Formats: sequence, structure tokens, C-alpha cells
Amino acid sequence: MRYKLALQIGPVAFRIGSTWRAPLDALARLYAAYPRPENDICDFTVRLEPEKPWRRWLRPSVAINGDYMLPDAAPLPLSMGLLAAEMGMNLQMALGQKRYLLLHASSAEKDGRALIMTGESGAGKSTLSALLGERGWRFMGDEFALLDLDDGRLWPFPRAVSLKNGAIKVMEKEVAADRFGPLIADTPKGDIRHMRPNDAALSGMGEAAKPALILFPRFGASEAIRPVGQAEIFMRLTQASTNYVALGQAGFDALTGLVASCPAAAIDYPDTDAAIGLVEQLWREAA
Amino acid sequence: MKAARLLVRALRDPDSVRTCDWSALLTAARAEKLLSSLAFRLEGAPVPAKVETILESARRDAAQARTQALWETEMARRATAPLGVPVILLKGAAFQAAGLDASIGRSVGDLDILVPRDAIEAVEQALIAAGWERLKDDGGYDDLYYRRWMHELPPLIHRERDRMIDVHHTILPPTARPTPDAAALIDDSVTLDNGLRLLSPPDIIVHAAAHLFADGDLAGGLRNLWDIDRLLREFAADAAFWPRLAERAEHHRLKRHVALALRLSARLYGTPIDRALAGRPRLADRLFEARLLARNGWGQERRKLLRFAFYVRSHWLRMPPLMLARHLWTKATS
Repeated sequence: MRYKLALQIGPVAFRIGSTWRAPLDALARLYAAYPRPENDICDFTVRLEPEKPWRRWLRPSVAINGDYMLPDAAPLPLSMGLLAAEMGMNLQMALGQKRYLLLHASSAEKDGRALIMTGESGAGKSTLSALLGERGWRFMGDEFALLDLDDGRLWPFPRAVSLKNGAIKVMEKEVAADRFGPLIADTPKGDIRHMRPNDAALSGMGEAAKPALILFPRFGASEAIRPVGQAEIFMRLTQASTNYVALGQAGFDALTGLVASCPAAAIDYPDTDAAIGLVEQLWREAA
Repeated sequence: MKAARLLVRALRDPDSVRTCDWSALLTAARAEKLLSSLAFRLEGAPVPAKVETILESARRDAAQARTQALWETEMARRATAPLGVPVILLKGAAFQAAGLDASIGRSVGDLDILVPRDAIEAVEQALIAAGWERLKDDGGYDDLYYRRWMHELPPLIHRERDRMIDVHHTILPPTARPTPDAAALIDDSVTLDNGLRLLSPPDIIVHAAAHLFADGDLAGGLRNLWDIDRLLREFAADAAFWPRLAERAEHHRLKRHVALALRLSARLYGTPIDRALAGRPRLADRLFEARLLARNGWGQERRKLLRFAFYVRSHWLRMPPLMLARHLWTKATS
């Protein structure tokens, strides 16, 4: 490939190749402080290539290819090249990661123990984990939480936070401008702006933590804490996992281990401050 | 060194990969569906720690894939057992069920089975009754094309497990020029403990060669050739194997294909072969080799023109010219 970049994110190393320079320049700026993979040996390869040869120059469109691909994935315009790279890395994880049980969840660490938050798109798990990361917690990841199949610990995957729509304003008030990527407007998911996690998150990206609390946040309703039974927690987490079925018994063992050892609750919140308050309260109770 | 060449060398001689472009090797291996096979070949070899974690994960994945393939095979057995017809496992499922060396790290995509032609409708009905569904539009062009001209039924997919089964009545399309003796394949098959069957060792090679060189454009061929290497090494322990292979290849009119498989397997993977049966090297062997190695370290396919030529060849082999024209016309206008 003409342009290339290798990134270490938590325990996972990626190699991204591109036909165009711009997406990788944007990626390199956003991931400036990340370590390089040791000996440049990478778990996954992502390729950003023209959908058809002439699409390199003519109305350039980026097909997201790599070790694992979706046959009917729509290409993105070159102006969204950074987003294509991010989606490419996500796709490798979702389809190819077999070393960990992959939960579509955000996570943060405090005192060596991990908080896991999962919910439907728009529930606010990304924003909450990013906010906690600025308020005394170590941000572990906003997209995937990696559960170790052998010892049940949670590994961080602190990719750049993908802020969407309203969450962009919330974080712009908290965080210095130099940690943000460009605003990518009108993507299939609305406006997106990436934010680099802080130094604590990056320097701790090699450290796993024992899961201590699972939360199912929901944005929009008035403040409430609801108990969730273990069977429901288990079902919700199988739905939140992209590789639970593919892992077979190892996935089942890891997930039942997590559910059996970890308290959980559903929380409703009207605004982010209320949410942070609920999280801190439940965290103290779980301790 | 080119990544596909590096992969072939690593499989052939695991000690050769002390230092290399690991990302390129692993990516090419994954793209050729050979990562788990490579992982088992390199088990215990001194590789960098990061490589070891990737290979260990591939080995675990292979173990899970094997469990799943065996389960799918068992489901098909239960569905078809009451019919009392011979059901012969083909390709990956057969290697896994019999525990052949070729099954080590071998992924199994679809379940392929061979049944007597006059039983094929009963088998299809039994599978449908057990939860498999037709993937192709019933009575559409593709469906009719399969039923009239192919060596297998249109693929069925299980509605809960989402796995495909291909039910064959012979090993090459009836429209292809060599016509293997399907009845002899079944007569010579070997019965496993659970009642399912495998082709005889020589017929397994004949089928693998036919599949690779007479029925496709060689995409993913490195893996199929690796199967052939593993199978030949295991079967050749029996002294009677080579003469029987010669006899069966002749009987099924696939001697040329078997000879080519032997030559390429020896050329790429260093397989010990019967030189008389393999015949002299030919100029075209280089073309096949180049096609098989058309993969770079980013996992991309190279040599577009050569691949296209093999694609055209695959259709040419499968259909007489007039039929090919009609087929392409229908596909282009539908």
C-alpha cells in the first residue's frame, strides 16, 4: 500500500494502509501520542482502497477492506477517510477478535477495578466514559471492552472517543481543543468528532483491571436506579457481544464468570451531571 | 520475498521463519485461510511473543471451528440416517470427521456431502424437514441451473445455525469434460464409526485435484493445495497407495489433473510424490504457480490479468461454448 501507519491500542496492534495520504495524516494527528506496535507486528490489517480503480481520482470513494470485510459495506467519500479508518479497525475487532470476549461497551478504571457500561446506541455510554476519564477515572474505552478468556480481567481498548451529535458540545466544554480531530459532518450517524483520550488513559493502556460494576445507562428519563437480574444481565451482555457465539464454550465461561462476580444496575438519567452522580454512588456501594 | 511465497515456505519449512515480515506473513496466511494451519505448523517454534499470541488465538479458533464442523456433520447425519442411503463426507468435513492430518487447523466453510444420484431428492427433503432452507429462489434461473447442469443441489442453509450444506451427486459438473464415475466413488467409500462415509484415499486425492483444477478459478487454491500435500504425505505411508491412485485417476479420467496436483504440491510444498505419475514439468505449471501465489503482504490479490484468465478458464471448463454464451447472457441481463 502507498501510505501506511501502525497503531497500538491497548493489547491490539493495527496496520492501516491507504491509497490516499489524507486519511492517514488525519489518523496520525489524532493518534499522535500512541505507542507504535512492538517490532511492527500487527494483529489486524485495514486497507482503505478505491472502490473501483478510477475512484482513486474521480469522486474518490473509500472502500473499507482488510483481513475481515463486510461484503455489502457502503464506501465513504474521501472527506470521511478518518471515519473509514476507524470503522475499519472496529470491523476487524468485531469480526476477527477471538482472544477476548468482546463487549460493545465503554469502560473506565479506578483503584484497579473496572466499570463496564453498555446500552443501545444513544444511551450515552461513550460520553459517560469520556467524562469519567476527565474526572479522576482512567478511561479504558468507549466502544469495545475486552474480557480476558483466561482470568476474567478487563483489558482497555482506548481508541479515540467517537463523539456524536450532542455529545460533541458536552466534551468541547471539558477538554482542550488540541485533543479533538476534525468535525465530520453529515455522516450516516450524524455529526462525528473524535477526541484523543488523556495521558492517564494512554499510559495505562497496557494495564487490565478486574470488573467491579456493570451499568446499563439510559439517557432521557428522570433519575432512577433499577435492579437487573442475573439472567437479564447475561442476555443483555450476549446481545452486546460481537463474538460471543463464535467463541463457543470459552465465551460462555467468560460471560457467566463476569455475571456471577459483578453487581449490576440499570440507570436512567436526564443529564450528564446526574449520571456521574449515579455512577459514583453505585460505585461506592459496590466497593 | 513475496508474501505468498513466504507463506508457502513457512508451511513447508517452519524453521525458515526466524526473522521475516511477520505482519505480511500473517496477513497473507489469513487471506488464504491458512492462518490456523500455519499456527499449528509453528507450534513450539521460537517466534516473537506478539506472534505467539496471534498464533495461539488462531489455534483456539481452529479448535472451536472443528467442534462446530463436527456438530454440523452430526446434524446432517441425524437428518439423513433414516433414509438408509450412503452419505459421503467431502473436503474439510471429511478430514475433520476422520481426523486426517489435513484437518489440523483446517477451517470448514460449508458442509459438503455426496449421495447417490437417485437418492438426492429424498436427501434434500429430509434436510428441509430438519430445518435447512433453500437459499436460491425456488424455480428461478439459478435454482434450475443447479438442478439441470450442476453436480450439486442449490445450496441449503440451516435456518437456526446459519450453516450451509452442499449436496452433491458427483464431483464435477456434468457439463465439464471429464466425467468421473460417481457410482465407483460411492462403492469404494469407507465407513466411519458413526455410519457416515469418506471417499477412499485415492478418490479423496482425485476429488481434491478435480476440485482445484477442473472446477474453479483457483481462488484460495493455496489452501486446497496444502490439503493435497497433507493428504499425500499421510496416504503414502501405505505402499499400495500410489498404484491405486494411478488406477483411480485413470478410471475417473482425471489423470492429467492428478498429475498437475502432484507436480504443484511437490513444487510448492516439497511433497514427496510418485514422479512417474506426476509426469514431466510443463510450461503451464508456472502459470498455475503464479496464479496460486497472487497474494501480497497486505492481503490483496495481485496479477489481475492472470486471475481473469483463470476465471475465464473456469467457465470454459465447466460449460460448452454455446451454453456458456447463454449463461453469461442470462446473468448479464437478469
